Amino acid sequence: MNTVIFRTIAPLIVATMLVFSIYVCLRGHNEPGGGFIGGLIAASAIAVLGMASSAAQARKALYFDPLSIAGFGVLLAGLTGLVSVFNNSPFMTSIWLYLELGEATVPLSTPLLFDIGVYLVVFGTISSIALGLESNEGEEP
Amino acid sequence: MVPNIDASIALVAIAPLVAAALAPLLHRYTRPFSGWLLALIPAAIFAFLVSLAPQVLAEGAISARIGWVPSLGLDLSFYVDGLSLTFATTISGIGALIIVYSGGYLRGHEHLGRFMAFLLGFMGAMLGLVLADNMLALFVFWELTAVTSFLLIGFDAVRQSARRGAIQALVITNIGGMALLVGVLLVQQITGQWELSALRGIEDGMRGHGLYGLVLACFLLAAFTKSAQFPLHFWLPNAMEAPTPVSAFLHSATMVQAGVYLLARITPWMGGTAIWMTLLVCFGAVTLLWGALAAFKQTDLKQMLAQSTIASLGLLVLLIGLGSETAIAGVIIYFVAHALYKAGLFMVVGAIDHESGTRDITALGGLADRMPVTFIAAGLGALGMVGLPPTIAFFAKEEMYLGLLAPQWQDITVLVVLVAGNALLAAIGALVAIKPFLGAEVATPKSAHEAPIAMLVGPVLLGGISIVAALLLGDFGHYVLEPGAGAILNETVKSHLTWMIDPTNPVLWMSVATWGLAFWAYRQAAMLRTLMRRFATGLGFTADDLFDRAMFGLIRFAGALTRLLHHGRLEVYLGTAFAMLALALMLPLFALGGIHALLPTADLGNWGVRLNWPPLAPHEWGVFGLALIGLLVIVISRKRLYSILALGIQGTAVALIFLIFGAPDLAFTQFMVEILSVVILALVMTRLSLEDEDPRPFEDWARDGILALVCGTGVALLLMVVLTGDLDTRLSDFFTATSVPIAHGHNIVNVILVDYRGFDTLGEISVLMAAGIAIMALLSSRGRKASASVKTVDSPTPPVAPVAPVAPVAPVEPAPARRPRRRKAAS
Repeated sequence: MNTVIFRTIAPLIVATMLVFSIYVCLRGHNEPGGGFIGGLIAASAIAVLGMASSAAQARKALYFDPLSIAGFGVLLAGLTGLVSVFNNSPFMTSIWLYLELGEATVPLSTPLLFDIGVYLVVFGTISSIALGLESNEGEEP
Repeated sequence: MVPNIDASIALVAIAPLVAAALAPLLHRYTRPFSGWLLALIPAAIFAFLVSLAPQVLAEGAISARIGWVPSLGLDLSFYVDGLSLTFATTISGIGALIIVYSGGYLRGHEHLGRFMAFLLGFMGAMLGLVLADNMLALFVFWELTAVTSFLLIGFDAVRQSARRGAIQALVITNIGGMALLVGVLLVQQITGQWELSALRGIEDGMRGHGLYGLVLACFLLAAFTKSAQFPLHFWLPNAMEAPTPVSAFLHSATMVQAGVYLLARITPWMGGTAIWMTLLVCFGAVTLLWGALAAFKQTDLKQMLAQSTIASLGLLVLLIGLGSETAIAGVIIYFVAHALYKAGLFMVVGAIDHESGTRDITALGGLADRMPVTFIAAGLGALGMVGLPPTIAFFAKEEMYLGLLAPQWQDITVLVVLVAGNALLAAIGALVAIKPFLGAEVATPKSAHEAPIAMLVGPVLLGGISIVAALLLGDFGHYVLEPGAGAILNETVKSHLTWMIDPTNPVLWMSVATWGLAFWAYRQAAMLRTLMRRFATGLGFTADDLFDRAMFGLIRFAGALTRLLHHGRLEVYLGTAFAMLALALMLPLFALGGIHALLPTADLGNWGVRLNWPPLAPHEWGVFGLALIGLLVIVISRKRLYSILALGIQGTAVALIFLIFGAPDLAFTQFMVEILSVVILALVMTRLSLEDEDPRPFEDWARDGILALVCGTGVALLLMVVLTGDLDTRLSDFFTATSVPIAHGHNIVNVILVDYRGFDTLGEISVLMAAGIAIMALLSSRGRKASASVKTVDSPTPPVAPVAPVAPVAPVEPAPARRPRRRKAAS
């Protein structure tokens, strides 16, 4: 797997996949996509990175521990559900905010944050499994 | 008066719990004084409760309630009548002294703050228990006392015997707790009442109901476990592993009296039947004699007191069982008297232990000169325990004899038991108070000197109160006895306590007989000890051993069951799971007639003609072909890697089918899942160092193949059956219609995921996360496994630790024989 060609191209592929995964995640509300798919794409990107260099380097590139990312995702998703409680609505009622930026309107919402939480959980969990499997016997998986 | 009575009564139970949370912090900043400071809380509660007394006396009871679960009609209700007030004041009053005492006893202990927290938490639970009106609240507080007493008994957790005592107390009293819950629920189902106060009003109570026996059994089991009645008494002596202040608190006025309280509480609507009287009197009598005799066996002062507590509890249960007015009056007086002298004597024993370094009665003597105040305190306690005037205990004895002077044989028997039990208890009291202090001075491990003031306040004050209560006999009768006994009997009781000593009254001579017998037992203590020890040796086993055996049996059973179900052979797990799937698919189809929807009907005619190929475009046929090829390769390939790749191809083809037929989201996800599963499977294969080829023998291959075929056919048939029915489109119509207007999204799949069914998704991602953690744990355990030896529960462990953690019983990963690791070949 560690041919020169693969190692050279891998960062490019990884970067493209990561950007694409965010795009897929964000457009999910209206077009095919969403946090789950986005997270899977991003996790594949990390798996590719791990294969091209090493699990340890992929971990370093991630900076945060992948399982912590997943944990943060669950927390984020849970907390967005709580926002509506302060609005006197039941848990997980969606709240929308349309931000006017000149001509464009940017819709922000709690479901969006929730979806980002899903993205982080899927991304974190799958990449931690992939990296755990990729790491060598000696190092901490 | 306090403005809001509801809140303030609730606060009585809750304030100690809050204080418990703050105690460690407070202790950190007020180290030497924390005992005195924290004692202010129970002291304040005591003062507040005393201030309620006139109102209780005037109105009979005070009810208080705050909303708990309004939707279920549940209130956190409290009920202060004479009985609960007597118990609550005793608990809070003695509690305050115990906390002061603990500050001295455990002075400088590194976990004193934690200890105070446990003690206060226990006190809160106990106060809640005696004040609760709602039976569920009663149960919750009941269990809280079990949990907090577990913490207290096991406070010295580095010692195994302390841990064992704690676990034993928890297990035994929790059996009772469960019985209590069943009893409470039964009563609620039968009467529709959650409140104890409401149950008192029911004509004839529960007595006439068909389930009376069952309800009675539940309540009695609860009370007998908590109040250590024979044969469930053995946890109490083991609970003496706790620091002495705990014993002084738990075994005088609180924990063990909870069972007595429960019996007294249910007397108005459960008591008075023949079976009630028989059971309570018999169990009480046996416990009384057993505990009193067992006390002689001991040489440890604390153990002597512990055994005598069992006896006193038996006495109280017996009196409640008798249920006559004088017996119930005896219950109230004896409860107060016992709490006063027993707490005091425990504290004295703690002081002796603390100052001299031993509490073995044979190794102590002549401490009176060195510890004069302690001696006075011990003397006051012993006066109570012997039941001499002028202590309140004297009247308890008089009262309990009074109702039994009838010429029936039952009464005479009970009377004899009472006299004997009281005499033995009195002798124990005298032994504890006299032996260590008088006689020749004996060298002790530590050079004894007077205990600090914090440890003297309690016993001296309690002994003093015992005498003051007797001197103010009229007031005691009016403020304590009448409302207390009245609450148990559910009628007005008139106190007839008097100081008039009448030599013609046979009751007085009963007392004299008790003292005479006690004097004899005191003189013959050594003989009795030998006798009892010989008897115990002759008996050969104790309930304690039985408990150990039961606990070990439980652990062994759990181990065997775990090994049976959790054997660690992946192929069996998967085989079972798929066999169950096949069963779940096939059973409805064939046994319940689901397949009929697919069978050709008679009017279809020559149905073979009507079947035709679906009109698919060539590229669509290509995709189906791809899926088939993938499938074929999986089945025939012997190389694992090929199979994995083929699985990916087959999955990709399925994803393409989804894409073609209009489910882009699903297809998208399927693609990613396929890619990742190929990657992960390949990685797993290299990590597990599997062989290149699948070595399955033919019979395994055939078995797995048949299972796969049955499952696949089942799914296909199920889908076809589903398609023959009418699809209910109400839900999808709703989503289509509302996804843009109310959820602001065009992608219905995603809108469902993050909005309509967001809660489900939250659960799913949590599961995903948990699965990830489990997988990481598996991966990281692989490296360590080789060195860690796997113990089995069958290994002979010493029988002193019945609740040893169960060793892992199955390998956590399904790897077959490990082979030398092969690195993935570079391409």
